[in-house]
Amino acid sequence: MTAKYVGQPVKRNEDPRLLTGQALFVDDVHLPDMLHAAFLRSDYAHARILSIDTTAAKEMPGVVAVYTAEDLGDFWQPSPMIVQPPPTLEDIVFNPRPQIPLAKDMVRHIGDPVAVVIAESRYIAEDAAEQIWVDYEPLEVVTDIEKALEPDSPLVYEDLGTNLASHVRQEKGNYAAAAKKADLIIKRRMVIDRGAAAAMENRGIVVDWDAKTQHMTMWNTTQAPIPIRNGLAATLGLSEHQVRVIAPFVGGGFGPKIMLLQPEEVLLPWAAMRLCRPIKWIEDRRENFLGTTQERGQIHAVEAAFSKDGKILGLKDIFLHDTGAYNPYGLTIPLNTQTHSMGVYDVPNFYTEFKVVFTNKMIVTPVRGAGRPQGIFLVERMMDLAAKELGIDPVEIRRRNLIPADAFPVHHSIIGQDFIEAIYDSGNFQPLVEKARLLIGYDKFVTEEQPKLRAAGKHIGIGLAPFVESTGVGPYEGARITVESSGKVNLVTGVGTQGQSHFTSFAQIAAEQLGVAVQDVEVTTGDTDQFHWGTGTFASRGAVVAGNAIFAAAKRVRAKILAKASEVLDAPEEELELKDGAIRIADIPEKSISLGELAMLANPLRGAVEPGTEPGLEATEYFGPKYGTTASGVAAMIVEVDPDTMLIDIKKFVIAHDCGTVINPMVVDGQIHGGVSMGIGHSFYEQLIYDENGQLLNASFMDYLVPRSTDMPPSIEIAHQETKSPLNPMGSKGVGEAGAIPIPAVLAQALENALNIDGLELLEMPLSPGRLFELAQAAKNRD
Amino acid sequence: MENLIEITVTVNGTEYHRTVEPRMLLSDFLRHELNLTGTHVGCEHGVCGSCTILFDGDPVRSCLMFAVQANGHTLETVEGLGTPDAMHPLQNAFREKHALQCGFCTPGFLMSLKPFLEQNPNPSRDEIREALSGNLCRCTGYENMVDAVALAAEEMRNG
Ligand code: FES
Ligand code: FES
Repeated sequence: MTAKYVGQPVKRNEDPRLLTGQALFVDDVHLPDMLHAAFLRSDYAHARILSIDTTAAKEMPGVVAVYTAEDLGDFWQPSPMIVQPPPTLEDIVFNPRPQIPLAKDMVRHIGDPVAVVIAESRYIAEDAAEQIWVDYEPLEVVTDIEKALEPDSPLVYEDLGTNLASHVRQEKGNYAAAAKKADLIIKRRMVIDRGAAAAMENRGIVVDWDAKTQHMTMWNTTQAPIPIRNGLAATLGLSEHQVRVIAPFVGGGFGPKIMLLQPEEVLLPWAAMRLCRPIKWIEDRRENFLGTTQERGQIHAVEAAFSKDGKILGLKDIFLHDTGAYNPYGLTIPLNTQTHSMGVYDVPNFYTEFKVVFTNKMIVTPVRGAGRPQGIFLVERMMDLAAKELGIDPVEIRRRNLIPADAFPVHHSIIGQDFIEAIYDSGNFQPLVEKARLLIGYDKFVTEEQPKLRAAGKHIGIGLAPFVESTGVGPYEGARITVESSGKVNLVTGVGTQGQSHFTSFAQIAAEQLGVAVQDVEVTTGDTDQFHWGTGTFASRGAVVAGNAIFAAAKRVRAKILAKASEVLDAPEEELELKDGAIRIADIPEKSISLGELAMLANPLRGAVEPGTEPGLEATEYFGPKYGTTASGVAAMIVEVDPDTMLIDIKKFVIAHDCGTVINPMVVDGQIHGGVSMGIGHSFYEQLIYDENGQLLNASFMDYLVPRSTDMPPSIEIAHQETKSPLNPMGSKGVGEAGAIPIPAVLAQALENALNIDGLELLEMPLSPGRLFELAQAAKNRD
Repeated sequence: MENLIEITVTVNGTEYHRTVEPRMLLSDFLRHELNLTGTHVGCEHGVCGSCTILFDGDPVRSCLMFAVQANGHTLETVEGLGTPDAMHPLQNAFREKHALQCGFCTPGFLMSLKPFLEQNPNPSRDEIREALSGNLCRCTGYENMVDAVALAAEEMRNG
């Protein structure tokens, strides 16, 4: 058999370029005659625009154009909704308010774009933006999602007469009936606030319209180049083949870069066509805080029903979800919250209802985790509260409620973000819990170490929280694989890459099938001229959906290779072996042909090709899963708190994880590390703080604290379990968001345990030293 | 428009003469005037460290300096550290330990770490963490970077 690459920690093909400064990022694109754009963004969270005076800006030397909504004429159209609500959801309210290119007569959040300046340099463009005079009539602002639904609240959309963007109710079983039989009912309010994705690379675009060839090229820091190409073509009245969108190396995505047809993306191509010069726009960090989408704001009223032996009989959750000033991403996040609120547990009855609320804040769309951390937080907190009430060990109560290994697939009768019923395809939770418990040393810590440390005056605690992650959702992705006459393999797929190691993991899948070295598979991702079918990199789906398309294409190319080689070498296919870039007859090694030579024979310059055959050694395949596959894991940590400063020190962190077939364990571990660090940030250091006027108070890295190396635990120990997904031939599941999902739940649990204050319940996220201090004081004063 | 200033700067051993506006940031100068785009810009306010370069051998944030301040000085950027075929031990160690994902922050880390390892050939893991803490990375969670620096230190000690 050929070399085994899937499952190996193969070093990354993309690294040498990235490490030496040779990788192309959007801001590295330099075109002759290029202009630069800067946006004027609203300083008010809610105001009527009375007038805009661009005269002074236009007169500045070096300014080429200044556009406001009025200048756009008929081109001014709301962007299409990116995600519609699932048609399968019945009796719902949904009021779509998509993004618009530039605010026309109303601004609805700080950072709402009002005008754009195009100039010879970015410096001039930014100066000129400051010379645009906008006469605003400030209006009352609503930032609080509870107040937003009160009858006298200011309205983000007057014409709607309400701030209600959506209302959805779903139920599995019958919660009310279950609650009647319960020995214990727990009710709590839980609050989760916003955090930023904060990719190190801000958003950016370079767009070039070539009037002579009538062709547009756009470099974009996007997670979704193909939908952007299609959307742009439609918006600009061009054919899809006149537009090429390239997502080159992208410096981190984490969700917001999936957004498409955003104001900048729509306006700059339009301007480039009018001015017939290339235009570059690179967002700065402040703009990224104000003008890039965010996530997490929700308020939950949770109720859980337990029997006295700790079995959960039912769960009820009614929550508000903050969508900000527009809702282009539909219901993805709150639906994810609904489908993840049962976690790893057998919850027979679940009533879940949400209202999505408009506020005068930046738009909310998925950020790594995308509604899942909230769902996991609430069910895990309920488990902890029940454990305390019933006097059951926190790990034990979880064990008693786990979905057993023989119960899969588990149908939840709750519609999810991919428009179909949430189903857990596979999993094996019990051994994952045991692995995490052993790795963290749970029993020894609780019985021996903690009492000693407590006696010595230390505030140190432990937490353990399982989670699920629905990943690898449809609709589909595709890939084309070609053996070139050099013997190298070309692999192209539509999904773009933002650091997930696609150039390596994808190459591993193809290399294994084709018997070549991983370095000899040249991968191209995210260039619509190379491959124009697909949707994008989101919902932890690249390795699953594109990965299986690549697997299928590689298998077909392999079949073509064997057929052609069998003809050329005059040997039956079963006797052939693909190895080291050549095909040989297994027991006569000298009788062989290199892949490159075979590729040439398969694509002759003269002579006849058999009718019905295709030239070359190439195949294109697609893969679309029936539904998303469920990855799972259990995180555990030991944390010490300094009761005076409330600074925390995560002493030990472990995670047992199951993402089915692992393509590259080094890469999977890396994804988990990164997710954990973002989870720690979003749980303790990071919070987007809006004041009552809708001003974002911490729009810089000085005030918004992304975790540093010293904020992380000394190590993250990871154990893998491979429960293969039955939904795809490789058996793989996604991992991109895993690390971030359990952290709020496990940190809250560990901190409560560490502080050990009667009545202290941590039911909100993110925390911070200051907030933890307040909550601890309040609990002490209550005694 | 404004007065332009002539400057001479040596970057990665090459001397450049350019005329620049006094307000041009050193990071923009390197990236957009000299086309040395390996130096990245993540915040332009001195926190993320993506733009770190060596200024007469010391790590500085090029987004916090003007190009004119570099007049007569010697700079080193990631392009001077190694090439894909002949990487610096730090670069090799970063690849070996998977210490980069999107790679956007990486040049800044490498340029902060080079002088650190020269001054601390045998750092402890805590010292490495401390040295890394001046730069931000959103992808890796830093642990693999700690491993990579330890490995690079070892490789460099063994020559
Ligand atoms: S870009 Fe210079 S420190 Fe962030
Ligand atoms: S590797 Fe992406 S920010 Fe560090």
